[in-house]
Amino acid sequence: MSDAPVLRMESVRKTFGGTVVLRDIGLEVAPHTVTALIGASGSGKSTLLRCANLLEEIDDGAIWLDGEEITDPRTDQDAVRRRIGVVFQAYNLFPHMTVLENVTLAPRRVHKVPRARAEERARELLDRLGLGAKADEYPDRLSGGQQQRAAIVRALAVRPRLLLLDEITAALDPELVGEVLAVVRDLKDEGMTMVLATHEMGFAREVADQVCFLDGGVVLERGTAEEVFGDPRQERTRRFLRRIVEAGRL
Amino acid sequence: MTVAKERPGQDDADGVRTAGDPYVPSARRTEREAYKRARARRATAVAALSTLVTAAVLYLVVVNAPGWPRTKETFFDWGYAREALPKVLEGLWLNLRLLLVCGASVLVLGMLLAVARTLRGPVFFPLRVLAAAYTDFFRGLPLIINLLIVVLGVPALRLQGVTVDPVLLGGTALTLTYSAYVAEVFRAGIESVHPSQRAAARSLGLTNRQALRYVVVPQAVRRQVPPLLNDLVSLQKDTGLVSIGGAVDAVRAADIIVGRSLNYTPYIVAGLVFVALTIPMTRFTDWVTARMDRRRAQGGAL
Repeated sequence: MSDAPVLRMESVRKTFGGTVVLRDIGLEVAPHTVTALIGASGSGKSTLLRCANLLEEIDDGAIWLDGEEITDPRTDQDAVRRRIGVVFQAYNLFPHMTVLENVTLAPRRVHKVPRARAEERARELLDRLGLGAKADEYPDRLSGGQQQRAAIVRALAVRPRLLLLDEITAALDPELVGEVLAVVRDLKDEGMTMVLATHEMGFAREVADQVCFLDGGVVLERGTAEEVFGDPRQERTRRFLRRIVEAGRL
Repeated sequence: MTVAKERPGQDDADGVRTAGDPYVPSARRTEREAYKRARARRATAVAALSTLVTAAVLYLVVVNAPGWPRTKETFFDWGYAREALPKVLEGLWLNLRLLLVCGASVLVLGMLLAVARTLRGPVFFPLRVLAAAYTDFFRGLPLIINLLIVVLGVPALRLQGVTVDPVLLGGTALTLTYSAYVAEVFRAGIESVHPSQRAAARSLGLTNRQALRYVVVPQAVRRQVPPLLNDLVSLQKDTGLVSIGGAVDAVRAADIIVGRSLNYTPYIVAGLVFVALTIPMTRFTDWVTARMDRRRAQGGAL
């Protein structure tokens, strides 16, 4: 497989009302790599992910998925979203469906996989993530960690080219964070291309091939985990990391 | 009540069954429960006494009213009631059939209207406007005027092939008005589903229509069951209004006897029959709501 980036962003700008959230974002995500977006709350990490998935329309700049410009108004947005999996901070499972129905909805309705095949594959994935026994439960009967793992399975069920993870452990109790992060680690080993917004600096350091520090609507610092965490070039990055250390999160 | 008989799982916060746990209720618990029982007995006694006094006062006020003997004769005559009941029940069969047919069409039409209002895209612009205009108009138009226009106005047009049957026309008028109400109930439900649900559906690659069909509408309908049943109870009563076109329903059946006898008892009979019909419906609504609350209480975002 070529090393052409799976996701590329150039000069992306996004404002909400008068607030500039993304000023000038450039980003390249190579295949089979993990990119961690770090930065203070409100620095635009989630917005960046929502823009990449076309849940938000950008004001300026361009985004490419596998070399195809997806911000061109003529692109089929549904087709783009089909190739990108998203896991949200608040899980966003469908409460009126069982876990199995949550997972098989997109394969069946979007990709027209026959029900039996979709369910077989869903159960396989659920088993692998330790949720085999929960397939027929409703989401509200699951713990937070189980719900988030179910949401990951739901995103994986359509075999996405790219997985976007938006603060997926932020809503979890500390003892449940580990089980979700273990899943992400496994996905990395399998070669899944991922972009994750996170406050778990220790995890970002361990798993990310590329770390991007967002500040003031730009990628202020970018590099390998050692570069950004070990020897940050920018004063603002240093200050941010110092605050994190003081809060005991690194 | 029993102190010794433990309800399983109640004392164990984690739901762990403590079989063989040699638990003996403390004196503190025994004393607390005795106090609660005494308090419950006292509350029941107070409620009974209060009800009795209220009933007695109401009875005395009504019976001592200056016009009571006359009212009793014209509104509560046992003989007329016995004569009216079979006719009223016969008429009620029409109300029930109307309720069934109108109820079903109202649900379908209401949902179509609600969905039409939430459709996006320029193609659907006229549909959105029409649906909005429809709900605005029929929610504002008094039902009685709507009925008069449809039941009396449509036959006056003398259109070929269009029915002049007051039952069909009355049912049409009811459906027109109630669809507008129910459309708003559905729309409120659709809008109450959190945008993150739609975002999750879209990010899976579902189209807007699929997201609506599989994710948003099912949740909206579940949430709106209590207000929908409320509208259905209301529709049930309003089927009585088709009598203004001459259809012989329960109200009209009573009307006929009143016209002949100049005694109003049949109206009371018809009224009570409607109330009797509404009560099971209301209890059913309560039951459905309670069941949904129980599901929610298990700790979901539903």
